Amino acid sequence: MEREIYLDNAATTKALPEVTAAVVDALENTYANPSSLHRFGLKSEKILNNSRKIITDYLGVKTKEIIFTSGGTESNNLAIRGITNSYKNRGKHLITSPIEHSSVAELFNVLATEGWQIDTVNVDHGGHVDLDHLRSLITDKTLLVSIMQVNNELGTIQPIKEIAELIESINPLIFFHVDGVQAFGKIYSNLSQWPVDLYSISGHKIHGPKGIGALYVKEGTNLKPLIYGGGQESKLRSGTENVPGIAGLGEAVKKLTRFSKEITADRYLAQQKEYLLESLQQIEEVVINSPTAGAPHIINFSIPGIKGETMLHALERQGIYISTGSACSSKKKGSRIINACGLSQARSESALRVSLNKNITDSDLDYFIKTLKKQIDFLKLF
Amino acid sequence: MYDLIIIRYGEIGLKGDNINDFISQLVSNIKRATADLGDFEISTVYGRIFLYAESDKIEKIVGRLANVPGIISLSPAQRFRIGKKVAKFNEQDFEKLKDSVVELFKAEVKNYPTTFKVKTTRADKSFPMESPEINRELGAEILRKIESDSVSLSVDVHQPEHLVEVEIRRGKVYLFLRREAGPGGLPVKSSGKALLLLSGGIDSPVAGWLGLKRGLSLSAVYFDSPPYTSERAKEKVIDLAKVLSRYGGEIKLHIPYFTEVQQEILKNCPSRYTVTIMRRMMIRIANRLAELNNELALVTGESLGQVASQTLEGLRSSDEVAEFPVLRPLITMDKNDIIASAKRIGTYEISIRPHEDCCTIFVPDNPATQPKLDTIHYGEEDLEIEELINRAVEKMEVITINEDAK
Repeated sequence: MEREIYLDNAATTKALPEVTAAVVDALENTYANPSSLHRFGLKSEKILNNSRKIITDYLGVKTKEIIFTSGGTESNNLAIRGITNSYKNRGKHLITSPIEHSSVAELFNVLATEGWQIDTVNVDHGGHVDLDHLRSLITDKTLLVSIMQVNNELGTIQPIKEIAELIESINPLIFFHVDGVQAFGKIYSNLSQWPVDLYSISGHKIHGPKGIGALYVKEGTNLKPLIYGGGQESKLRSGTENVPGIAGLGEAVKKLTRFSKEITADRYLAQQKEYLLESLQQIEEVVINSPTAGAPHIINFSIPGIKGETMLHALERQGIYISTGSACSSKKKGSRIINACGLSQARSESALRVSLNKNITDSDLDYFIKTLKKQIDFLKLF
Repeated sequence: MYDLIIIRYGEIGLKGDNINDFISQLVSNIKRATADLGDFEISTVYGRIFLYAESDKIEKIVGRLANVPGIISLSPAQRFRIGKKVAKFNEQDFEKLKDSVVELFKAEVKNYPTTFKVKTTRADKSFPMESPEINRELGAEILRKIESDSVSLSVDVHQPEHLVEVEIRRGKVYLFLRREAGPGGLPVKSSGKALLLLSGGIDSPVAGWLGLKRGLSLSAVYFDSPPYTSERAKEKVIDLAKVLSRYGGEIKLHIPYFTEVQQEILKNCPSRYTVTIMRRMMIRIANRLAELNNELALVTGESLGQVASQTLEGLRSSDEVAEFPVLRPLITMDKNDIIASAKRIGTYEISIRPHEDCCTIFVPDNPATQPKLDTIHYGEEDLEIEELINRAVEKMEVITINEDAK
């Protein structure tokens, strides 16, 4: 194969060399248990403290507000289950969106079977939540709202600050969880200023290791743990800490772009995305599904008439790795997310997602576009 | 406890002059199925095969042999050693035999209350005691040693839950309590060579297995349509072929490039007939491969009425282009029975992996269930059939699969 271009960075990313080095170093040299009383254990504990500080500095939150987990899925589960288990007497009403990641959506399905009343806020064709509808759903029985910041398939950005303030203005007791897995390091957030109580992040989406993530838990939020044992991570996540993963996560966060109110998204990514978008729009068969002001690393588009999975395999033969909306089986039609946004069946079944990283060059994108056109011609039979 | 396995074969016994060929094929299949466990002494006598092995390997070997076609049943057995001619078998020897039988019974029978019966086959008439006497004495001994207030055990001569068997043949005494079922059928490779049309689905591996069970040796063909089908779909078929290979020895898996064929069908043929014509193209390519490999039949997983192409009309349209007999072992089987077989032979879990094969991708909304031959001929008019077959075979990948029995 002449060339390999990895355009599936929303699925996972390649670890940075600094990350790999930190992981290896922890495995080879700092392998003591951070809970061990000897000074070798202390060395490991220092790695945890150091990484935690890097992350809390980056997020602008307090050191004790970050809990290390095994990744985004666990963070989401810990946040939602942690609240519902801890405050079940306060109210049995939960609100979420129809385009959440499966680690949130599936959990809500289970909670529904356990007697929780769950409302789903409406979204528009671009996946944006309808704030008026959200306002109308909130009651004095509402315990938790969970809405993701950046959608993993479409790249839709939700106005988290507005949502958080809206919820707080109606009922300040409501907990607000944000799945920030696709947003972290890609766009601006201000957790210390926004009334967000829980925020999930993952290491492997930001060139860190797999199997490590974290949950921001605002001071004063009492979660019930999912896992019991030695009481690590402020008793919220027992189990010997994943020191190599945590070391790697720290390194990955060091390399993230720092945002501000002025710079709200990664500029290079945004520029690459713009270039790709313009090129895609010139292909007559292509329909763009992502909303215009989406995250800088995700573009979702359809080529109606060509199944997403077929195009994915056609591109893989040319060394290009992208993603479909969801695994396409003949039984489950199209993407759950795109269906929820009310786009057509034809668009849903043919949806493709390209997700970028900072090493993607113009020439990579040109090769992708050229190959895509060629494969459209090959697969378009009529 | 056990030191040999008594293996019984059925239908082979009916074969006339070439019975020895069948038996030696079965013996070689048995050797192959147990090769990784050791090199065991095998002897064939009186319509039985005896396999001698260390006692700790017996159960594992029994598990393997339960899947070797040609075997009807098998029993892990103990040879009772007298140390002299059976004609000189005496009271003391009989006491020892009783002890051995009781030990064996204790080891095999764990759940009470239960019933049993002792059955003696005294083929060697030089043995001084007669069968009814042996049965009676041994039965009484088992009751005496095992039955108690807390252990409820009785003799049932009509429908015992456990049959304790004593076989006396050619100066040797064998004891066994279990008969495990084998798959029956004929030894693999005793009926010639055929080509299996293997998809990733549930049916075709079962059809292949049934073919093996009737003594076929198989090669296989999988029609690969990248990018309409994925690398994982192909992996799935390779894994299925590996399972079949565990039973049937080496399997050559042919993977012609079918994408162009499918595209040309879609471009040039009426949409209601695409599936029918696709099946015909598969058969035509299979003809070519069977000819190249000196195979004498094709094997498919079709079951009557299961999908639109598996109607009598559909089968007739396939058979029209077939140059070899098309064997369809599943033709009258229900899906549930096919699934049960797939589970038993270990292909089901692989088959239900969610990757599409080329049959599920090109299904039109409204396929013809009663395709008429002249309409099909007309529909195929614009297809460059020979050229398409040539190119599909030119770009063919061939993988030789040879899995150890497991």
